[in-house]
Amino acid sequence: MKTLDLGGLGLDRGGHLLVRRALAEVDVGGRVQVEGADPALGVHLRAWARGRGHGFEPGPPPIVIRTSLEDQRWSGAVAAGDAARPSERASASWGLAARGARVEAGLAPLEFPLATRDQIWTDDAARLYARAAAAQWDPETAIDWGAPFELPDAVETAVVQVMTYLIENEVAALIVPARFLARIHPHFREILQILAVQAADEARHIEVFTRRALLKRPAPGLSTVGGQTSLRTLLEEPDFALASFLLSVLGEGSFLSLLWFLAEHGPDPITRQITTLAAQDEARHVAFGLSHLQHHAEREPGLRARMANAVEQRFAALQHTAGLNEEVFDALVLLAAGSWEPGAIARGFDAVVALRQDMDRGRRTRLARLGFDAEEAERLSSLHTRNFM
Amino acid sequence: MTTQIVLGAVAYDPKVVTIWEGFKAWFADQGLDFDYVLFSNYERQVQAHFDGVCNVAWNSPLAWLEAERLGARLGRRARAVVMRDSDCDLTSVVVARAGAGIAKLEDLRGKTIAVGASDSPQATLIPLGWLASHGLEPGRDFEVVKHEIAVGMHGDHVGGERHAARDLIEARVDAAAMIDANHLAFSADGTLPAGSTVIVGQTPTYDHCNFTVLDGIDAALLERFVSLLLGQSFEDPRVRPLLELEGLKRWLPGRTSGYALLDDAITRFGTIDSWLDTVSRRP
Repeated sequence: MKTLDLGGLGLDRGGHLLVRRALAEVDVGGRVQVEGADPALGVHLRAWARGRGHGFEPGPPPIVIRTSLEDQRWSGAVAAGDAARPSERASASWGLAARGARVEAGLAPLEFPLATRDQIWTDDAARLYARAAAAQWDPETAIDWGAPFELPDAVETAVVQVMTYLIENEVAALIVPARFLARIHPHFREILQILAVQAADEARHIEVFTRRALLKRPAPGLSTVGGQTSLRTLLEEPDFALASFLLSVLGEGSFLSLLWFLAEHGPDPITRQITTLAAQDEARHVAFGLSHLQHHAEREPGLRARMANAVEQRFAALQHTAGLNEEVFDALVLLAAGSWEPGAIARGFDAVVALRQDMDRGRRTRLARLGFDAEEAERLSSLHTRNFM
Repeated sequence: MTTQIVLGAVAYDPKVVTIWEGFKAWFADQGLDFDYVLFSNYERQVQAHFDGVCNVAWNSPLAWLEAERLGARLGRRARAVVMRDSDCDLTSVVVARAGAGIAKLEDLRGKTIAVGASDSPQATLIPLGWLASHGLEPGRDFEVVKHEIAVGMHGDHVGGERHAARDLIEARVDAAAMIDANHLAFSADGTLPAGSTVIVGQTPTYDHCNFTVLDGIDAALLERFVSLLLGQSFEDPRVRPLLELEGLKRWLPGRTSGYALLDDAITRFGTIDSWLDTVSRRP
C-alpha cells in the first residue's frame, strides 16, 4: 500500500493533485493511504473519491482505492495529426485541437470545408507568417500625421478620390481572406495565422487611407458602380485557389504597382508614407498567394486551366462595366502632375501610362511563376479587370 | 401490456431535458422504446407513477420512501432497480465556525443550525434526524433555520445548502448542515473560506437516488432497461457525456440498505404522514 502525507494541505486547497498523482503510481485496485493534519481530510476525501469512481475506506487514516473509471475517458482518444507537419487531410473529429494534441473520442465533428493540405498549404507558411507578424506597424506612430503640407485644392481632391478608391478595394481585400479563414481547418494553423494577419493588414490600410482622406476634407470622394462591380466578383468567388489567384496574384499584384506609384508620386509626405507601408504588406500577400498556388498547381494539373477560366469569366462578367472610373484615372494623373501646368499634366499622364505597363509586366511575371507560358500570360494579363484589383 | 419505458423525472434544472433527450436517443439506437415525462416536484411524480403515467421513476431518496410507504398502504410493491455509483455511501456534516467554541455535538445545545429545504434529505432530514438520535431534538434543544428553496425538489437544488453555508460564515447562525461533497465544494470555491469552519459531526453513510419501479411492470421490458443501463460504459464516447451530465461513472444495481437514516428521520418528524394520508385516500 502506498502512503501519502499531505501535511497541512487540504483537498479544498489543491490536495487532490497529490492524491491523483499518488493514484497514478499504483495499479488499478491499488490502495493509497492518505495522511494529513486537515481535520476535514476524511470527509473531503470520501466525497472526492466517490465523485471520481474510486473506492474509499474511512480509516483512519482514510484509504483511496484506484479504479480504471477515470482513465476510461482516454480510451479511443486519437492524435490530431503530427505536431511537426500537417496531415494530408485534417479530420473533422479533431475539432479545434492543437496539431498533434490527443483528442478525446466522442467530439461532435466540426466540419471545415477546406481540410485538404494540397488545397491551401505551402511549405513556406510558417516563414511567411513569422515575417508578417514581425512587420506589423502601428498607424498612430508609424506615420507622421502632423507633417506640414499644403496642396492646391484640385490636387487634394485628387488625393481624396484615390484614397476613396483604395479604401473600397482594401475592404474587399479584408473580406476575402476573412471569409476563407473561417472555412479552413485549424489543423493548418499557419495558414489561418497568415490570413488573420492579412486581414489585420487590410484593417490598418483602411484606417490610414480613411485618415488621409479626411485629413483636410469632411467626407471621402466618389464610389462608382463599375468599381464596386469589379470588387464584387472577388467576393463572390467560392473557390479558395481561384479567389486567392484573382485577389492576391492578379489584384494585389497590380495594386502593388499602384501603391509604389503613389509612394513615388504622392504629392504630400503622408500619402507617400502610408502607401509605402501598405505596399510592403501587400507584397507579403502576393508572396503567400503565389507560394500556395505554386504548391497547389504542382499537385493539381488542372488548376492552371481553372485559373485561366476564372480570369475569362471575370472578364466576361465585367465587360459591360466602365472599368477603372475616369475619376480615379484623372485623379492619378493630376496627383502625379501636382499642378494644372500643361507640362506637369503631360508628365503625370505619362507616369500613369507607365504604371499600367508596370502592372501588366508584373502580372505576366507572376503568371509565368505559376507555370503559364508567355503567350498565355500575356493574354490573361490583358483580360485582367481594368479596375486594377 | 406496454412495451415502452416511460420515465418520470423531476425538472430541477434545465439540463434535465438535455439528459433525458440524450438517453432517449441512445435507448432508441439500442432498440428500446423509451420516453420521459417531467414533473415539477417529487410528490407529483410519485402519485403519477402509481397512476400509471410513467412506469419507472427517477426518485430522490425521499421520493423512494414515499413510493415504498404509499405502496405499502395501497398493496403495491416498490423496487429500486438501478442507481448511480455516486449515490452510494454519502455522508452529511454539521459545520460550525472555527473558534466559536463548538467542537462536539453537545456544544450545539441551545444554538441555531441552518439547514436546506424542509424536504432535503442530505441538508435537512438526515442531519436533523441523526442529531435527534443523539439526543438533540430540533426545536427543543436547538433552533433550526430552514432555507425553503425549491421545495418539492428534495434538495436537488444546491441553493438551500449554499444559503445555509453563507448564514454560518456571516454569523447569522451557529452551525450549518450540508452534504460532504458540498462542504468540499464550498471550501474550494471560497463560500467557506479556508480554515474558517470546523466539522462538528458527520452522519453515517446513506444512499441517494434510484430508479424505482412498481409491481406489474413488464418483466422483460424492465430487464432490458436495467441491462442496458448497467451495460453503459464511461469508455463509450456516446454515453460518456450523458453520464457526466448525470454525475456518475457507472450504474449499479439498486439497493435499499442505504435509506435507514432517512427512514428513521421521516418517521421521527412525521415528514410525509399527511401527504400519505391524502394520497392514499384518493378515490
